[in-house]
Amino acid sequence: MTASLIQLQTRASGERVVVLSGDWTLKALRPAAARVARALKSLAADSTLHWDLRAIEALDSAGALMIWRAWGGDRRGATTIKSEHAAILERVAEVPPVEARRWRLDLLAPLVLLGRRESQIFRHDIALVKLVGGLVLDAFYLVAHPREIPWKEISATIYKAGVMAMPVTALVGFLIGVVLSYLTADTLKAYGAGVYIVNLLGISIVRELGPLLVAILIAGRSGSAMTAQIGVMRVTEEIDALVTIGISPISRLIMPKVIGLAIVMPLVSLWAIGAALLGGAIAAKAQLGLSVVYFLGVLPKVVSPDNLWIAMVKALTFGMAIAMIASDFGLRTKPNTESVSSSITTAVVTSITIVILMDAVFAILFRDVGFE
Amino acid sequence: MTAEPVIEVQKLWTRRGRQVIHRDLDLRVEAGEIIGLVGGSGSGKTTLLRVVIGLDAPMRGTARLFGVDPLNAPRRQRLAVQQRFGTLFQAGALFSALTVFDNVALPLRELRSLDQRLIRDLVMLKLHLVEIEPIHAGKMPAELSGGMIKRVALARALALDPELLVLDEPTAGLDPDRSRSFVKLIQSLSKEHGLTVFMVTHDVDTLSTLATRVAVLAEGRIVADGPLDQIRQNDHPFIASFFGTAGSGAPRVEPAPA
Repeated sequence: MTASLIQLQTRASGERVVVLSGDWTLKALRPAAARVARALKSLAADSTLHWDLRAIEALDSAGALMIWRAWGGDRRGATTIKSEHAAILERVAEVPPVEARRWRLDLLAPLVLLGRRESQIFRHDIALVKLVGGLVLDAFYLVAHPREIPWKEISATIYKAGVMAMPVTALVGFLIGVVLSYLTADTLKAYGAGVYIVNLLGISIVRELGPLLVAILIAGRSGSAMTAQIGVMRVTEEIDALVTIGISPISRLIMPKVIGLAIVMPLVSLWAIGAALLGGAIAAKAQLGLSVVYFLGVLPKVVSPDNLWIAMVKALTFGMAIAMIASDFGLRTKPNTESVSSSITTAVVTSITIVILMDAVFAILFRDVGFE
Repeated sequence: MTAEPVIEVQKLWTRRGRQVIHRDLDLRVEAGEIIGLVGGSGSGKTTLLRVVIGLDAPMRGTARLFGVDPLNAPRRQRLAVQQRFGTLFQAGALFSALTVFDNVALPLRELRSLDQRLIRDLVMLKLHLVEIEPIHAGKMPAELSGGMIKRVALARALALDPELLVLDEPTAGLDPDRSRSFVKLIQSLSKEHGLTVFMVTHDVDTLSTLATRVAVLAEGRIVADGPLDQIRQNDHPFIASFFGTAGSGAPRVEPAPA
């Protein structure tokens, strides 16, 4: 590679010539592109100069473009050039000039943006309603045609979202139980109310923490996976392929996820509640000296079974909500990678938020149920 | 930049899982050549291409680009080699989150030494080369037709004015008119810039008009290598069925691989 060179020579005849030599390629020009462009421009300002490009060894489109731009997009009559390089220059000259887009200050832009977002949210709500409607219609259809119930997909969801989540939910539940028990034991002991730790842990874990904890874990674990799966299927047109084969994406992709999570969420919640209570009991033994057998024996007496039923109902609705939100965001993914990642993020954030909102609603609805 | 070969593959063995794809494969591509690689579906054409451009590691043997083994070269040397070739992937592989313009501008911006105006003009030049009108520059890849994706991907491959162009099925999915103009573009680029082209193709038309040399991949190695006319005389069973029986009428085109 030889360096690109610009020389201003005066010939014997008194004619002044700009001689370009060396490599005029992107690679050679790269280190000093701006400087070369400036030098060319100042030379090109003098229209009496003759340009001699024959000494150029290698010319590529970047080099040709720089020369062409310096000339101000007009062919210099007084130019000598190798024929193969002339072709390259010709090619550059063919390109129609494009005006750069100008920035304009638009005072109404924030208002327009707000309106756009508003209508986007509105459209999203409609889409969600449509999805729920589609699910209900498909559910009726499946009740009438039980042979078409997608058992295999439902069981796959149960396995992936439930069975595979058992270790992590047990671990998290157990640790939460231990922590809660440790933190409350001291205060209770100070009032001589150590035995009431069973009531405290029982109600808070069974009624509240168990289902909520599992919902958050499942939303992060399975909700994101569902959005990613459906989103990528949208990008690769697999969903369209399903439709053309005559398979409804709602009944084959989304229904099994909703049913699967509805089945598995109460079970996993039960499992996590068990682990949390066990953790609480062990910590109570260490802190307050309450035996684990006493803890588990008193538990059914102080926590009425209604609480467990409430927990199961909550877990079931949380599960369905997570599956529906995840699927909805998956379906609304646009066919690019950026959209897949933002869909997953919003799906997880939305489902956790909705789950906590629903939890608040449940707390109000069942405020008179399950307490002595 | 002496007369070293652009691509040099020596005693290459590759495998996919437990299946060996290439056995003792040798291939040399000199500067300025336009070489077409043909072979049956699953014969390992794309695998060979991936090894050549340094995406996959061979099981045994070496693949050198411009005299450098990109997989084992130090970072700077590898980068220097990577800036000397452009690749057109089979499905385009445009970045779906970027517009047409930004896709072509990306390699130029990565150089970090060109000003915005020069980049803009270069991008418009490359788009003009592949016959994409400026109004499409702001579109996202998802809004383009298959043929346009191919052409934008070619523009991106040409962005840095590479010395070597690696093409995987360049004319698959293009209409005959576009594939003719593609052939013309490659021909003129190779004449003007001394561009070397390494392409995998099933299109006999492209091969016969463009390729200065054809290499036939079968049974895990190059079974025939030479000008097309010479290859047609070869009586290897795959070659006979690919080009139609030697000397008899129109060539038979193998269906494009999935």
